[in-house]
Amino acid sequence: MTGPTRFLPEPRVSVPIERGADRRISAIFYRRPWLKLLLMLAPGLLWLGVLYLGSLLSLIVQGLYRLEEFTGLVVRQVSLATYQELLQPANLDIIFRTTGMAAAVTLACAVIAFPIAYYMAKFASSRTKTVLYLAVLMPLWMSYLVRVYSWKFILAKEGVLPWFVERLGLAPALDFLLGLPGVGGNSLSTSLIGMWLVFVYTWLPFMILPLAAALERVPDSFVEASGDLGARPPQTFRKVILPLALPGLVAGSIFTFSLTLGDFIIPTIIGNSAFFLGSQVLVQQGTAGNLPLAAAFSAVPMVVMVLYLSGAKRLGAFEAL
Amino acid sequence: MRRRALGLRMASVAVVAFLYFPILLVATYAFTDQAGSFRFPPSGFTLRWFGTAARNPAIWEAMRLSLVVAAGATTIALVLGSLLAAAVYRTRFFGRETVSFLVVLPIALPGIVTGIALRSTLALGEIPFSTWTIIVGHATFCIVVVYNNVLARYRRLQASLTEASMDLGASGWQTFRHVTLPHLGTALLAGGLLSFALSFDEIIVTTFVAGQQTTLPIWIFSSLVRPRARPVTNVVALVVILVTAVPILLAQRLAGGRAAGGVAARGG
Repeated sequence: MTGPTRFLPEPRVSVPIERGADRRISAIFYRRPWLKLLLMLAPGLLWLGVLYLGSLLSLIVQGLYRLEEFTGLVVRQVSLATYQELLQPANLDIIFRTTGMAAAVTLACAVIAFPIAYYMAKFASSRTKTVLYLAVLMPLWMSYLVRVYSWKFILAKEGVLPWFVERLGLAPALDFLLGLPGVGGNSLSTSLIGMWLVFVYTWLPFMILPLAAALERVPDSFVEASGDLGARPPQTFRKVILPLALPGLVAGSIFTFSLTLGDFIIPTIIGNSAFFLGSQVLVQQGTAGNLPLAAAFSAVPMVVMVLYLSGAKRLGAFEAL
Repeated sequence: MRRRALGLRMASVAVVAFLYFPILLVATYAFTDQAGSFRFPPSGFTLRWFGTAARNPAIWEAMRLSLVVAAGATTIALVLGSLLAAAVYRTRFFGRETVSFLVVLPIALPGIVTGIALRSTLALGEIPFSTWTIIVGHATFCIVVVYNNVLARYRRLQASLTEASMDLGASGWQTFRHVTLPHLGTALLAGGLLSFALSFDEIIVTTFVAGQQTTLPIWIFSSLVRPRARPVTNVVALVVILVTAVPILLAQRLAGGRAAGGVAARGG
């Protein structure tokens, strides 16, 4: 192996034309292609189909059990009692808060991602494009826990952001923001606003990349034609670019939405103690010992994502991934 | 179209700065003397927290466990992922789309779903937590990384090459060994490196399948609530970033540009 560019192996005169067992096995597989296919598929399908799908199924079954309040033991008796518990006001509150956050995060990611994605797709030289692509891709794979933790240094009361805000004389504005009921808090790192910022930061690369890929497929001539026909730039954006980039936006939003729905790291490290779906699942299966309720809660993001994905499929988002 | 687009360019620079500034902060604070404070600006350059971290056996143990899990999960993912990719590439069969869907599912669903699903199976089957439960959990979402990389490379393999090999009298195994495998080599390596990086810093699924065991990310997570441990946490955080960044960069080079893990290869 000399490198990625090498395509053909060097001719090896030493490779013998075998007539033994090897050839017989080849012949068996050649005559029975389904056998070869079966052998190749079996390990992976057993793993994902039995172990993983089986686990998902066991999750749904687990939600049909319930916790006996007095003994604290799980009663293995099928009923809808645990799923009904989700409809209690406190639990509905968690579901709506999480979904609302996911929507707000997705919206912000889309707005922030658009300019850079558009630049990558349409204006950057191929060198710049490669650099930008790598620059966006790296954080996507880098330790997400550390990236979340790093925001403590920014949002804490004595951290970077308040320091700059004070130097710029904007302290009253920040205080006003933190004073807002519901989303405010003691400091940015203990407020929903701070949490939203960190969610946006963490999932932003997941929006930029599919969006850039979709924008790259928008033909330049369409944009030019729109201009030639007298459309002003905002009109071209609304009537030509946005509809064509929609699959990319939807593809990106699948990630930002799904990842926000299922996260418990950010609500634990940043934010007030208000519960989110992920943290609720964690607490219920851990300290509370209520595995059935945890399972029922995790059915919520599953249902939301299935609805979301079937909608996205209709918009052709899967080609943009 | 190639106007100067100054506004867009500035926005792009701003977004890249936004993505990297927090990471630089962690790196900076790992070298400062302020024990357990988020105070800005940081002051007092020191290397002593690296020493403190190095003398902490719990960190070494967590590091060991993370490396073992990442190696195990990557091995399983390499085997299963490349077999599935080969099957999907070579043959058109009923349910081909379903295979692709099944492979992506563990990362398309939120991390807690995968985590709690496996946790629930362990509970129903009364299986005790062990290193193996973590490896199995990680392998489940690492398969897709290898699968995507290998499948992308398969698509660039010209069928004429394998046909020529067969015409020249090579057996199926010889063709695989001398033609297909060299072609796939770097894609396998890239997929392996990415899945290693993914497993090494995974925390959500790990939380559910680890029981009382501590991987490096779990160590960091649990140390966040202990302000006194913060300087050491910063050091460990920096190490985790470096350990994961190197394989990612390598994989990028190996896979050649965009092949390695578009977004589809990476979920929560």
